[in-house]
Amino acid sequence: MIETAVVQTVKKNYLTEKQGILSWLFSTDHKRIAILYTFSITVFFFLGGFFALMMRLELLSPTSWLVSVGTYNKLFTMHGIIMVWFFLIPSIPGTLGNFLIPMMIGAKDLAFPKLNLLSWYIYMLGGLVTVYALFRGGVDTGWTFYTPFSTSYSTTYVISAAVGILIAGFSSIITGLNFIATIHRMRAPGLTWFRLPIFIWSMYASSMILVLATPVLAITLLMVAVERIFQVGIFDPALGGDPVLFQHMFWFYSHPAVYIMVLPGMAVISEIFPAFSRKPLFGYKAVAFSSIAIAVIGFLVWGHHMFVAGESAYSALAFSFLSYCVAVPSAIKVFNWTATMYKGSVSWDTPMLYAIGFVGLFTIGGMTGLFLAALGFDVHVHDTYFVIAHFHYIMVGGTVMAFLGGVHYWWPKVSGKMYPEGIARLSALVVFLGFNLTFFPQFVLGYLGMPRRYAAYPPEFQMLHVLSTAGASILGVGYVLPLCYLIWAWHYGRDAGPNPWRATGLEWKTESPPPTHNFEVTPIVTAEQPYDYEAMKEELQLV
Amino acid sequence: MTANVLLFWEAASSVAGEVNAFFVCMLILCTVVAVGIASFLIYCAIRYHRKAENELGSQTRYNIPAETLWTVVPFVLFIGMFIWGAKMYFDIVRPPDNTINMYVVAKQWMWKVQHPEGQREINELHIPAGRAVKLTMTSEDVIHSFFVPAFRTKQDVLPGRYTTIWFAAQKPGKYHLFCAQYCGTSHSGMIGWIYVMNPREYQAWLTEGAAEGSLASTGEKYFHQFGCANCHNFTNQGRCPDLRNLYMRPVQLTTGQTVLADDSYIREKLRDPDAQIPWGFASNVMPNFTGIVSEDQIVALISYIKALGPAPGTLEPASPGAAPGPYGAQPAAGATGATKAKSQLETR
Amino acid sequence: MSETATLACREQFATPEQQRETSSIGMWIFLASEIMMFGGLFVAYSVYRLSHPQAFQEASAHMDILLGSINSAILLTSSLSLAFAEHSAQAGSRNLLAIFLIATMLIGLAFLGIKFTEYYEHYQQHEAPGIWFDATGPHASGIQMFFVFYFVMTGLHAIHMIVGLGILFALLLRTMLGTFTAEYHSPILFGGLYWHFVDIIWIFLYAIFYLPGLHK
Repeated sequence: MIETAVVQTVKKNYLTEKQGILSWLFSTDHKRIAILYTFSITVFFFLGGFFALMMRLELLSPTSWLVSVGTYNKLFTMHGIIMVWFFLIPSIPGTLGNFLIPMMIGAKDLAFPKLNLLSWYIYMLGGLVTVYALFRGGVDTGWTFYTPFSTSYSTTYVISAAVGILIAGFSSIITGLNFIATIHRMRAPGLTWFRLPIFIWSMYASSMILVLATPVLAITLLMVAVERIFQVGIFDPALGGDPVLFQHMFWFYSHPAVYIMVLPGMAVISEIFPAFSRKPLFGYKAVAFSSIAIAVIGFLVWGHHMFVAGESAYSALAFSFLSYCVAVPSAIKVFNWTATMYKGSVSWDTPMLYAIGFVGLFTIGGMTGLFLAALGFDVHVHDTYFVIAHFHYIMVGGTVMAFLGGVHYWWPKVSGKMYPEGIARLSALVVFLGFNLTFFPQFVLGYLGMPRRYAAYPPEFQMLHVLSTAGASILGVGYVLPLCYLIWAWHYGRDAGPNPWRATGLEWKTESPPPTHNFEVTPIVTAEQPYDYEAMKEELQLV
Repeated sequence: MTANVLLFWEAASSVAGEVNAFFVCMLILCTVVAVGIASFLIYCAIRYHRKAENELGSQTRYNIPAETLWTVVPFVLFIGMFIWGAKMYFDIVRPPDNTINMYVVAKQWMWKVQHPEGQREINELHIPAGRAVKLTMTSEDVIHSFFVPAFRTKQDVLPGRYTTIWFAAQKPGKYHLFCAQYCGTSHSGMIGWIYVMNPREYQAWLTEGAAEGSLASTGEKYFHQFGCANCHNFTNQGRCPDLRNLYMRPVQLTTGQTVLADDSYIREKLRDPDAQIPWGFASNVMPNFTGIVSEDQIVALISYIKALGPAPGTLEPASPGAAPGPYGAQPAAGATGATKAKSQLETR
Repeated sequence: MSETATLACREQFATPEQQRETSSIGMWIFLASEIMMFGGLFVAYSVYRLSHPQAFQEASAHMDILLGSINSAILLTSSLSLAFAEHSAQAGSRNLLAIFLIATMLIGLAFLGIKFTEYYEHYQQHEAPGIWFDATGPHASGIQMFFVFYFVMTGLHAIHMIVGLGILFALLLRTMLGTFTAEYHSPILFGGLYWHFVDIIWIFLYAIFYLPGLHK
C-alpha cells in the first residue's frame, strides 16, 4: 500500500483568515457581516415565531384560556413588529444581499464596508431597545400604531418600541444606500446593466424603496413619540390633530415596505429558476423592468389600506386603480419564472422545491390581493382574517420560502459544504403543507367575518381556527428542521467545491468558501448575455 | 359550522348578493389561473426532470408575443375587476334618499345606539327589514369600526368626526356586529347583535320603549339645560343665527365660503364655534362646548335642530334634503311657526 | 497616508476615480433620504396649515422675525464661506481651506446660538408645547400645533446642523494633517453638499414658520 501524502496548501478563506470573536465583531468584510446578520435575524425569527405560536394556541378556544386578553394584544403586536422590522426587512438584504452583491458584480466588497458594519450595529441597537420594551411589559398597539390609541390611550411601552424601530430604520437606509452605490459604480469591467443577474436588479429596486420610504416611517414614529412624551396633539383629535393623517403617513412607508420584503424574495427566485433549469431566465428585460416598476408604482398605492378609514371616495378610486396597476409587473414575473422551466433541465433539489413553492403561494397571495384591491369587496373583508391570510401568503409563503431557498442554494458557497439533500427536501415539503394548512382556512374565516386582532371569537369559527393552529405546529417543525441540519452541515457536510450546481454567475467562479477579497483576479465579463449556459457549456461541463 | 356558512351565504342585505357574486366570479377566475399555473409548474417539473447531472436545458430567452399576451390580458382583466369593485363600492357607501337615520356613539368597549324615537340600545340594534337604515357615527375615544359581516359592510368610526354607514336588511334574523378596528384591551369584546324584525314587530318594539321621549325632545331638554336657548331664542334679535330652517341648508360663512349645515357642521359649532362663522355674525360670541357636551348629547341636540320647523313667514319647507321619518310626521310644507314645530317633536 | 493619498484609494475600489464617483453617489442618495424625512414633516405641516389657517397665521406672528431673518442671512453666509473653502481646496491652498472651514463653523455656531435664544424666548412666553404652554382663545389648539411643528422641525434641523459641525470639524482635522490636495479633496465637496442641503432646508423652514405671520 503506497501512501500518497497529499500536500494541500490550506488556502485561507473569509472564514479562516482571521479568528476570534473580535475579528468578527469588527470585520468590515461584507461576507462576515452577512453572517452576523444571519445570526440576528434567526434569533428574531424564532422570537416572533414563538409569539405566533402562543397566539395560535390561544385561538384554539373561542374564549380566553391560555393568556389574558391584554397579553394577547401584546402578542400580536410584538409578533408583527419583530417579524416586519427585525426579520423580514433585514433578512434577505442583510444576509444574501450583503454576501452576494459584491460577488455577483465581481467586486471586492461593497462601496462602503464600514457603513455596512455600522448598519448591523444600528440594527442590533434598535433590536435591543425594542426587546427592552418587550421585557418591560410589551406593547399592545398593533404593529400599525394607529392613533389616538397609541398616542393617548395605550398604557404600554409605546415610546420604547417606536424608538427601537426608528433606530433600526436607519440600518435599512444605510444598507439600501450601500447597495445602490455599489451596483452603480463597482461592477466588473464588461458587466453592463443588461448583463447583470436579476438578483441585482431586484435588490436595486428594493434598495430604492429602503432609501426613500424608510425616512417617512422614522418621522411618523418620531411624531408619535413626541406626542406621547410631551402630551401634545399631533394625531389626537381631542387636541386638534388628525388620526387619519397618521394612517396616511404610516402607510406611505408601510406599503412600499411590503415590496422591500418581497422584492428580495423575487430576487432569489429569479436566480434559482435559471440555475435549476439550466437555461436563461425567460424574459430577462421584462423581469428587470418589472422589478423597477413594482418599486415605483408601489409608492402610489398606500391608500388601499384606508378604503374604510374615512378617505374620500375619489382618492379611494385612484388607489384602487393604481393597486391593480402594481399587480401587473408581479404577474409578468410569475409567468416568466414559470416559462423558464419550459424545456429546461429541471432539478428537484431543495432550492428548486422552495422556488416552485414560492411561485404557487405567491400567486395565491397575489391573486387575493386582486380581491382586496376591489373597493366594494374590500369594504367587507378589510380588517378580517382574509387580509391576514393574504399577507402571510406573500410574506411567509413568499419571502420566507424564498429566503430558505436562497439559503440552501448559496449554502455551499457560504460554508463550503453541502447540506443533506434528503432531509432538506422533506423539510421543504413540511413547510409547504404546514403553511397551507395554517393560512388557507384563514381566507374562509375572513370572508365569514372573523375580525383581526380578536383574542376571543364566536364559537362557530372554532373549527377553522383549530385547523389553522394544527398547521402552525407543523410549520414550526418545518422551520426547526433546517436550523438543525444546516448547523450540522456546517461542520459535517461534504465539501462542495466552487460550483456544485454548475450555475452561471460570477459568485460561482471563485472558491467555496470565497477568499476574503472574493476573487484572486478581478473578473472581466465577456459573455454578451446573462445566464449564458450555451456559451459556458464547456466550462461548466454541460451536455 | 356548515349551517352557519350556508346561512351567512344568503344575502342578508341589499348589497350582499353583489358582494357574493363578485367573490364567486373572482374565486372561479383565480382558481382557474392558479390551477393552470400550478399544473404547468408540475408538468414542467416532471416532463423536463433532469436526466443526468450535467444536462443542459434548451436556451430560449424570450418570446415577445407571449410577453405581450401575459401583460395585456391580466391588465384588461384587472381593469374589469376595478370597474366592478368601484361600482359595488358606490352601491355600498351611497345611501338611498329614504333612510331611517340613527346615531351611534362608540366608546371603549361598547356601541351606543340612539333611535330618533328615543330608544337607546347598547351593543344591539333593532331595525326593520326592507328599509334602508343610515347610521351617523362617532367615537368618544379611539378609532373603532362598525362591521356587520352579514350585510357585507363596515365603516371606521372616528373620534372628532362623523362617518356614516347604511344598509337595507332583507330578512328578519339576528346578525353579528363586530368592532373591526383594534381599539384596546376588550376589542374582541366590543361585539353585539343586529336584530332585523319584520315591520310590524318593529313598530311594536318601538312603541314599547323610550319612556323619556324622542331623541329630539331629549335634545330640546339639553337645548335649555346648556343655555343655548338664551341666545338662539327664535326672536330674531340678531345676536345668534335662527336655528330654524337650518338643517341641511347651505350657510354662507364670513370667509365667503358656503357650507352645508349637516350633522358635522352642527357638531363642529359646538366644538370649535369660531372655525366657521355665518355671514353677518361675530366671532368670540358663542362659547366652546368641548368637554361640556358629550357625543351622546350632541346627537340629541342635532335631532332637535333637525326637527325645528322653518322660521315664521317663510314658505319653504324645512330641510328639503333630510330624510323623512317613517314613524313620525314629516316636516310639513309651508309650516307656520312654533306650535307646528312643537307637534312635530312629539312624534319624531 | 499623505503623499500617496493622490494615488491610493480604499481597497474595495479599483481606482481613485471610482472611489470619488461612488462617494458622490452615496452622498446624493443620502440627501434623497433626508429630503424624504423632512418632506414627511413638511407634508404634515401643510395639512394642518390648510385646516387651521388663522391659528397658524396668528402663531406665526409670535415668531421673532428679526432673529429668524438674521439667522437666514447667517446660514446663507456660512454656505458662501463653505463655497470659498471648496474653491480653496480645488486650488490646493491648505491654509485658506482651513480658514474658511473655521469661518463656516463659527457662523454655524452663531446660527445655533441664535436658535437656542429663540427657543428660550418662546419658553419664557409660554409657547413651548408640553413644557410650558398657555394659549387661550379659539385658536389655542391650532397655535399649539404650529409650535409643535416649529420645535420638531427646527429641532431636527438643529440636530442636522450639529452633525454638520462635526463633519466640518473632521474635515478641518484632515486638512490640518495635510490629507487634501488639488487632486484629492472630494470629502470637502461631499461634506459641503451636506451643509448646503441643511441650509436649503432652513430656507423652507424660514418660509413656513416666519412668513405667514407677516400677513396682517
